[in-house]
Amino acid sequence: MKVMVAVKRVVDYAVKIRVKPDKTGVETKNVKMSMNPFCEIAVEEALRIRESGLATEVVAVTVGPPQFVETLRTGLAMGVDRGILVECGEGGGGLGPLGVAKVLRALVELEKPGLLILGKQAIDDDCNQTGQMVAGLLKWPQGTFASKVVLDKEKQTATVDREVDGGIETVCLNLPAVITTDLRLNQPRYATLPNIMKAKSKPIKKYTPEDLKVEVRSDSEVIQVVEPPKRKAGVMIRSVDELIDKLQNEARVI
Amino acid sequence: MPTKTEKWRRSLSLALRTIGAVSSPHTSPHPRSLPFTRRELHCGRGIWRGFLSLRKPWWGTDTFGSDIRGFGTESTMLKRNPKFSTLNDDDIRYFKELLGEKNVVQDEDALAAVNTDWMHKYRGSSKLMLQPRNANEVSLILKYCNSRCLAVVPQGGNTGLVGGSVPVFDEVIVSLGAMNNIISFDKVSGILVCEAGCILESLVNFLDQQGFIMPLDLGAKGSCQIGGNVSTNAGGLRLLLYGSLHGNVLGLETVLATGDVLDMLGTLRKDNTGYDLKHLFIGSEGSLGIVTKVSILTPPKLPSVNVAFLACHDYSSCQKLLFEAKLKLGEILSAFEFLDEQAMDLALNHLEGVRNPLPPSLHNFYVLIETTGSHETYDKEKLEAFLVYSMELGLISDGVVAQDLQQASSVWRIREGIPEALMKAGAVYKYDLSIPVEKMYDLVDEMRNRLGSSARVVGYGHLGDGNLHLNISCPQYDDKVFTQIEPFVYEWTSKNRGSISAEHGVGLMKAEKIFYSKSPGAVQLMASIKNLLDPNGILNPYKVLPRSS
Repeated sequence: MKVMVAVKRVVDYAVKIRVKPDKTGVETKNVKMSMNPFCEIAVEEALRIRESGLATEVVAVTVGPPQFVETLRTGLAMGVDRGILVECGEGGGGLGPLGVAKVLRALVELEKPGLLILGKQAIDDDCNQTGQMVAGLLKWPQGTFASKVVLDKEKQTATVDREVDGGIETVCLNLPAVITTDLRLNQPRYATLPNIMKAKSKPIKKYTPEDLKVEVRSDSEVIQVVEPPKRKAGVMIRSVDELIDKLQNEARVI
Repeated sequence: MPTKTEKWRRSLSLALRTIGAVSSPHTSPHPRSLPFTRRELHCGRGIWRGFLSLRKPWWGTDTFGSDIRGFGTESTMLKRNPKFSTLNDDDIRYFKELLGEKNVVQDEDALAAVNTDWMHKYRGSSKLMLQPRNANEVSLILKYCNSRCLAVVPQGGNTGLVGGSVPVFDEVIVSLGAMNNIISFDKVSGILVCEAGCILESLVNFLDQQGFIMPLDLGAKGSCQIGGNVSTNAGGLRLLLYGSLHGNVLGLETVLATGDVLDMLGTLRKDNTGYDLKHLFIGSEGSLGIVTKVSILTPPKLPSVNVAFLACHDYSSCQKLLFEAKLKLGEILSAFEFLDEQAMDLALNHLEGVRNPLPPSLHNFYVLIETTGSHETYDKEKLEAFLVYSMELGLISDGVVAQDLQQASSVWRIREGIPEALMKAGAVYKYDLSIPVEKMYDLVDEMRNRLGSSARVVGYGHLGDGNLHLNISCPQYDDKVFTQIEPFVYEWTSKNRGSISAEHGVGLMKAEKIFYSKSPGAVQLMASIKNLLDPNGILNPYKVLPRSS
């Protein structure tokens, strides 16, 4: 069985982001970019599935501008077998979740994996939509917010523990299926030197959306991006009397 | 935790042993630096005072048992210099008028914290802490103290490791914490002017907004203040790339013991007019003047940071790796740290949330390499090419490259967390030595031979700077172990022309040991300068220079 993992290149999780002065988006020039943390978890899960013998190959795919190939290289350095880049405009503004989902559908029909794993959301847009949309387009079952995945080869099912507000929900999906990963699924491995060296010779295939016969059209336009209003500084109160006075007269809660 | 009777019994036996030990060759200090003559020690009052202070262990109870002997020894054997006056009500009144009631702290609980150092090794008994808000107030404070001959300890973040930031007796603490304004920042040149009480981390955050970084980075950044960093010539993790504070500090404003404000606050990169006095104050540990403003050159924040964690089979591979790194990585090499198997073991066992990047077993040596540059892809290629080359040469047996900042900080956590892990593991004897790179690990091996199974010897440090942090860990402080360590460590370092304090400074802990690394002539000149700038010796007494000078 082949496992396909979709990954995205985003501003590194640890970087303090700033809004561009013209308010068209977040500053990405000269800023450290890395693989989306949830995508890392997805890659790790795919690798573990392969190492347990339930899959033969792991393919990493990404949809975006040419720089996204760096993220594929990270995946290859972790141990992924092959990479596919679908080149198109800026990943963030140009191609939203629906566009990416359509491209992924085309890739799935091309590669025919038994399992498609994605991160639950990207930390730049927090959409949390791509996985669900792909599953809808493919008419595949989905297990989102996965915190545990157990595959059964014979029955060709995946049992997924989902993190939901009320606790943990366990669903059983028939393969092929779409899984989106949540934080507690696993801890991604470091890229070891031998793997980094091997990664240089692993193939990366490039497509354009036209090659895959996918129409890429953005239905939404980002009008403005602003920072949230700054929190006002608190007031230091010197005595209990002053506190009572303020609660009574200013806040009017007593 | 030892019971009270046990503590008393230990104190008594310790006192007796110390008296006996002084005459034994193993614990005698270096002859040239004998701080007090044997005659003084045997005089009744000296011993009685020593015994008295040993009776009640005022250095606090630590979770791992109080160190009754070792580190407090210097101070328990010290006598308060009678020339210093004691505080009286007139003094308090003067300070309250000068600074306002709020900035004159006499509350015992508040004082307890500032009287003790970060490692809980030293505790003074100051009765007064002053919090001036500007250089003028500092000047008036010192002028007054000088006229009254009141001893003063300047204190910043109190994160020093050699007891230099806390009083020994009842010195007045002058805390710079209230002077935390950023005065100016020039975006073009990167020159930052700020007051001495600015916490390093807040400066880092401010500069981050501007696209710059501080040229120094250390584990204590959340608490240490820039004035203290400058006064102790702090080193840290970035010294390899950005150099020491002597190179980055462009100007200082300091207040001398007499109260004179010495304005050397230049913001010029180059200024060759006369003697460059600020260098005297950088690293003087508060004994020549109190730093009140700092003007520092900050480098631009470069976006591409890569961290690699590598395993080496032996120490000579680490050395060769350093050479290759300098050659192949060139200007992007920003940190080169090493740690041995013992350090790794401690870090994995005692630090939370830390996992082994190179499972499953432990390797003999680990090297952490960090690169900082402006071009992500270019730097990564350079780093990977270097790593592949080193692997082919057999210098590295395994390694990982962090793929994002989160992984990078996890890897750094291992190296930065070793001091914390050592504290959790029990008692630790800590040494910070500068040794020629090729001989650095020989000392660790020799200490292992000397101590055998009685203690665990851990070696780690800034290999790129030739700085070894030698730590000896045992379940409890043990005199038998201590006598095997000192003065052997200092003698060994001195013999190999190293420094007994690479970056931690001398403070109280090593004041008497300065002769292991500096000639008597040099120390004599230092004493003359001290006398010139601080004739009454009120600034940070008992520290930095040996009492004999």
